[in-house]
Amino acid sequence: MAETIILEVTRYSPERDQKPALERFEVPLRPEWVILDALNYIKDKVDGSLTFRWSCRMGVCGSCGMMVNGEPKLTCATFLHKYEGSAVRVEPLRYFPVVRDLVTELSDFMRKLKRAKPWLIRRTEKPLAEGEYLQTPEQLDAYKQFSMCINCTLCYAACPVYGLDAEFIGPAALALAQRYNLDSRDQGAEERMLALAHPDGVWGCTFVGECTSVCPKHVDPAGAIQQYKLKAAMHWFKSLLKPGG
Amino acid sequence: MPKTSNDAFFWGLFSAGGTLAAILVPIHLFLFALAFPMGWLSEPTYSSLMDTVRLPLVRVYLFVLCSLPLFHWAHRFRFTLYDGLQIKHLNEVIFACCYGGAIAGTAVAGWLLWNI
Amino acid sequence: MENHPANPLPHYTEYHPRWYRQRVSTYWWLGRWPYLRFILRELSSLAVAYFVALTLAQIYALSQSPQMYAELQEWLRQPAAVALNVVVFLFAVFHTVTWFAAAPKAMAVRMRGKRVPEWAVAAPNYAAWLVASAAVTWFLLRG
Repeated sequence: MAETIILEVTRYSPERDQKPALERFEVPLRPEWVILDALNYIKDKVDGSLTFRWSCRMGVCGSCGMMVNGEPKLTCATFLHKYEGSAVRVEPLRYFPVVRDLVTELSDFMRKLKRAKPWLIRRTEKPLAEGEYLQTPEQLDAYKQFSMCINCTLCYAACPVYGLDAEFIGPAALALAQRYNLDSRDQGAEERMLALAHPDGVWGCTFVGECTSVCPKHVDPAGAIQQYKLKAAMHWFKSLLKPGG
Repeated sequence: MPKTSNDAFFWGLFSAGGTLAAILVPIHLFLFALAFPMGWLSEPTYSSLMDTVRLPLVRVYLFVLCSLPLFHWAHRFRFTLYDGLQIKHLNEVIFACCYGGAIAGTAVAGWLLWNI
Repeated sequence: MENHPANPLPHYTEYHPRWYRQRVSTYWWLGRWPYLRFILRELSSLAVAYFVALTLAQIYALSQSPQMYAELQEWLRQPAAVALNVVVFLFAVFHTVTWFAAAPKAMAVRMRGKRVPEWAVAAPNYAAWLVASAAVTWFLLRG
């Protein structure tokens, strides 16, 4: 194994630059290092102004998503030695505005997530005396995969429709809406329907499928979206048969 | 029940047309565009084809086969134009051309199969 | 913190740094193989439309006269037409294969509480394809 590896990292300072540019750094190539370790090495030893988000460094918080050689990755879960032999390009996640260096502006994602109402909605509350809402393992299984989302927005960086269409709600929001729609404790499916069964909701999705390919937690948002499309289509046809809605 | 987007209807047509096309278009293309003209398989005679096409069930079969896949194309091509050429701002024109084309093709198929 | 008139909050001038927004290129789909594969899959719908056009042309020719039908068959034998039809046929098969991979995702198929593996969901589709193709061929060749 070589001693060092070159990282080409996006630098962008809005006060100083008109547009981002790549800066080259030579970092040690340690077998146990991930891309995040290399970035922290640069920040500690080379250039303290390098700015990036990270937190848990173990793939559960969703903070450290970046483009590594053009692919959306969690930098804490991507080994450096896999890129041995050529330079590694580290850029901010695609399809989001860049605030500075590797930091993206996420308020569009936050707004769209709220549109999906990703929380338990009850029409009728159970009185406390009746105890907890119980759930069998089968009922948990129905939505568990979609609950694994860590809001890392790698799927948004992979989705060309999100990049092309400013109004499209995006994969994670739809997967999380399904997570609650399928939860046996939830009664909010109808309330979510207006935002989901909408041209900017599931109908904007053309099933490219890249969201599912890049998801680090195997949520399969594309599957969630296709399942919802079928449900929404059946609902639409049923509502034709019921006069007055 | 809230009234939701009509895109559901077009997606439904797209799915039905896509499934029908997936199962039947390859064999039909293979036989009628390649095997029969090139003589790889013995071509049915003109009169036997005419007799076959005139059967009521075959007329209905061909009508459905020529109509639903067109609606599959219309929906898919509409979104390809939106995302591929980034001309979503022309969406009314695109919508009219795509589904208009599918309706026109359906009308032609209906007229041809009714009168043959 | 409540903003009470007796105890007003200081009014801060909001500062938004200039975000960099990159325009998505018209050729975004050439940048990665999965995107190109997606666009090719979408373009396979043109093969489906071509099939309908060709079928309607053949039905029209049949309805006119044996000569017209023979002329259409002759056109189909031209090398350029053969090349086109081979490409269209391959795209039609591509549509079928990608459709069978994609369509079952709309149903989360479970049997006895476990998710059915993908090959098991795809198999009935391929079986239907085989049976339908055999049926059509038999129907046309039998007499």
